[in-house]
Amino acid sequence: MNPKRKKRLLIVLFILGGVGVSVGLTLFALSQNINLFYSPTQIAQGEAPVGTRIRAGGMVVEGSVKRDNKSLRVEFEVTDFENKVPVVYSGILPDLFREGQGIVAQGEMDASGKLQAVEVLAKHDENYMPPEVAEALEKAGKMPKPSGQEFNK
Amino acid sequence: MIPELGTYALVLALILSVLLSTIPMVGAHRGNLLWISFAKPLSVGAFFFIAISFVILTHAFLVNDFSVSYVANNSNTALPWYYKMSAVWGGHEGSLLLWVLTLAGWILAVALKSDDLPADILGRVLGVLGIVLTGFLLFTLLTSSPFERLLPRSPAEGADLNPLLQDFGLIVHPPMLYMGYVGFSVAFAFAIAALLSGRLDAAWARWSRPWTNIAWAILTLGITLGSWWAYYELGWGGWWFWDPVENASLMPWLVGTALVHSLAVTEKRGVFKSWTVLLAIFAFSLSLLGTFLVRSGVLTSVHAFATDPERGFFILVFLGVVIGGSLLLYALRASEVKSESSFGLVSRETMLLVNNVLLAVICFTVLLGTLYPLLIDALGMGKLSVGPPYFNALSVPVGALLMFFLGIGAVTRWRRQDGKPLVKQLVLPFVAAVVLGVLTLFWREGEATLWTYTGVILAFWLLNMALTDISQRVRRRSSSVWENLKKLPRSYYGMQMAHLGVAVLAVGIAMVSAFNEQRDLRMSPGESQRVGDYTFIFEGTQHVEGPNFTSDKATLRVLYKDKPYTVMYPEKRLYTARGNVMTEADLDPGLFRDLYVALGEELEGGAWAIRLQFKPYVRWLWLGGLMMMFGGFLAASDPRYRKQARRAAKQETVNA
Repeated sequence: MNPKRKKRLLIVLFILGGVGVSVGLTLFALSQNINLFYSPTQIAQGEAPVGTRIRAGGMVVEGSVKRDNKSLRVEFEVTDFENKVPVVYSGILPDLFREGQGIVAQGEMDASGKLQAVEVLAKHDENYMPPEVAEALEKAGKMPKPSGQEFNK
Repeated sequence: MIPELGTYALVLALILSVLLSTIPMVGAHRGNLLWISFAKPLSVGAFFFIAISFVILTHAFLVNDFSVSYVANNSNTALPWYYKMSAVWGGHEGSLLLWVLTLAGWILAVALKSDDLPADILGRVLGVLGIVLTGFLLFTLLTSSPFERLLPRSPAEGADLNPLLQDFGLIVHPPMLYMGYVGFSVAFAFAIAALLSGRLDAAWARWSRPWTNIAWAILTLGITLGSWWAYYELGWGGWWFWDPVENASLMPWLVGTALVHSLAVTEKRGVFKSWTVLLAIFAFSLSLLGTFLVRSGVLTSVHAFATDPERGFFILVFLGVVIGGSLLLYALRASEVKSESSFGLVSRETMLLVNNVLLAVICFTVLLGTLYPLLIDALGMGKLSVGPPYFNALSVPVGALLMFFLGIGAVTRWRRQDGKPLVKQLVLPFVAAVVLGVLTLFWREGEATLWTYTGVILAFWLLNMALTDISQRVRRRSSSVWENLKKLPRSYYGMQMAHLGVAVLAVGIAMVSAFNEQRDLRMSPGESQRVGDYTFIFEGTQHVEGPNFTSDKATLRVLYKDKPYTVMYPEKRLYTARGNVMTEADLDPGLFRDLYVALGEELEGGAWAIRLQFKPYVRWLWLGGLMMMFGGFLAASDPRYRKQARRAAKQETVNA
């Protein structure tokens, strides 16, 4: 093999090797870091794994929010109007967290069937519903009518 | 009546832009100078009419014309005038108009600033830009006209601008981001024009470089501003969330960064040509993809506007046409491209190749993480999200590798470099960087991880290598140091500035990730909490009335090492028109640390949930971004581009 070819081959091998390693690492990292979404009904049916990071969402049940009066611990329930899931969270809730509001919580199911949340997300628009929640509600046939003061065209 | 004129002006602009995308192209193909010469007036005209329609929309906001649906949905009589101005791009329709205006602005700039270009290239460049402009004007007029009316039942009061967007950051962030995004359309147009004309040479790279540098610099600024805005406005004190929309702006930036470097090789050495063209195509395609992701509402994100499948579909088709068309052209023409020189295994060319590969790897990673949930969802395999750990796990080590090679690359020679003297040159700066990095972190309290050390050491490494390189260049010639410093070209200083920006950014990321202190607390009036050397004393809240909001304003006294230091006033605002609650954090900025206080919700007995944060070196993140931006502008303004371009143009005329 002449030196020029050899050099080219080295470069190509270098690139291929780099790409191969990075694709491998990428897929590995991806498989470690995906959080599947479960609706309250799926969780009630026991589809959600215990001790694995998942996302769960639905509407916050009216009257279910209970604050601890010593700490920032809070408990509430989310529902897709078929089933309810209790959520435990310790920390500051987002501005748009309210009873009757669609939220997504990220955390792990514990043995007692509660979601131990590490993050609670509610989006910054009161007419906005996380798509996962909307779909879960639609599946349960419980999609509420929009009631904002958005002007329709 | 006036808003209808806005639509009318857009239609006129569309007609001009259709002409712009055809006449000069045909002219360039046939070598008809008269037809090519239409390009310039058409560009000016298109910009003029789009500017008119933009002014008209702004006017509708300023006079509270709520018969215009877009104004009614995004403004309110109580909104201060400056937010009325920025509300013009606070929603989907208006931000699209801003996008179109920006694109027309770039076209105008190319038309006016490119007297040095050969006529046929200029005609093709403007023609390609005309096609892009036509696409976006059609999109605006067909799916998202901001001038639609609510007649005869127009409301007396508007729904108000989303309070999150009532902020200085929003006034400047979107225009900058758009200018950067859209700026890559110029690099794209140059690449397509070069493919069409078959003249893919160093001259082409030289014309394209300043434009690409400017677009890249502005995009850098846009992303930096976005990060800064998210930091203080979202109330969480985070500066990068790996939110899909952030990723959408980061991907074109990564490819754009690769493009800036690859163009340098193409210009100086005449190699990497087809790769450079491919990067230009991808940088612009990723900008379009970003637009699609944001506009179509397929993403769950803070940035997602009201969703409309029709809009998403339009952009998807447009994306398909642009990417498909340009890749087809590339496939047909790239085989004709020949390299003009060769290079050794150890050379600056190789180093820049490594840079390009690593940047492409990061971009691919981010792309995969962003699109994977969409793909799984589209296949009906469930809903999932990809968390920040994924993105960090890949971009951090690859980024570190990038910095390591960056230090070597900047001192490596073009064409061929002997390994031994290079290694000799590297040993001292590297050892020094390790020693300095370890010394910096060792005395610091708190837990530094291996990555913290890596980040800080690599930052010192870049600093040392920059100093090594500058001192060598200064000593090389016989005249005085000062003379030599002045003789170094502006583009060289631009490069060093941008690279030092990377170092500063790395310090910011490493330090704030490792030493950030955050306490989420329940605080009653009179209670205090210590964070680092600072003590925060919560004094209680007061009720305050703003122009379009009411607010609970908390007072926190801050002690530094037990001596009074400052008073901070975080707020919880209720924007009355929409009933939105907003957290207004208060911060005490500093070069080496920020104090950050945000209110959570009110608890019983006057107690509040409060988040206290101590964020070391967080400003360095944005300082680094600004340095990179400044470096980009400095390099683009190097007088040699204008001189050489003029010479090349003369050469072309002589040859013709």
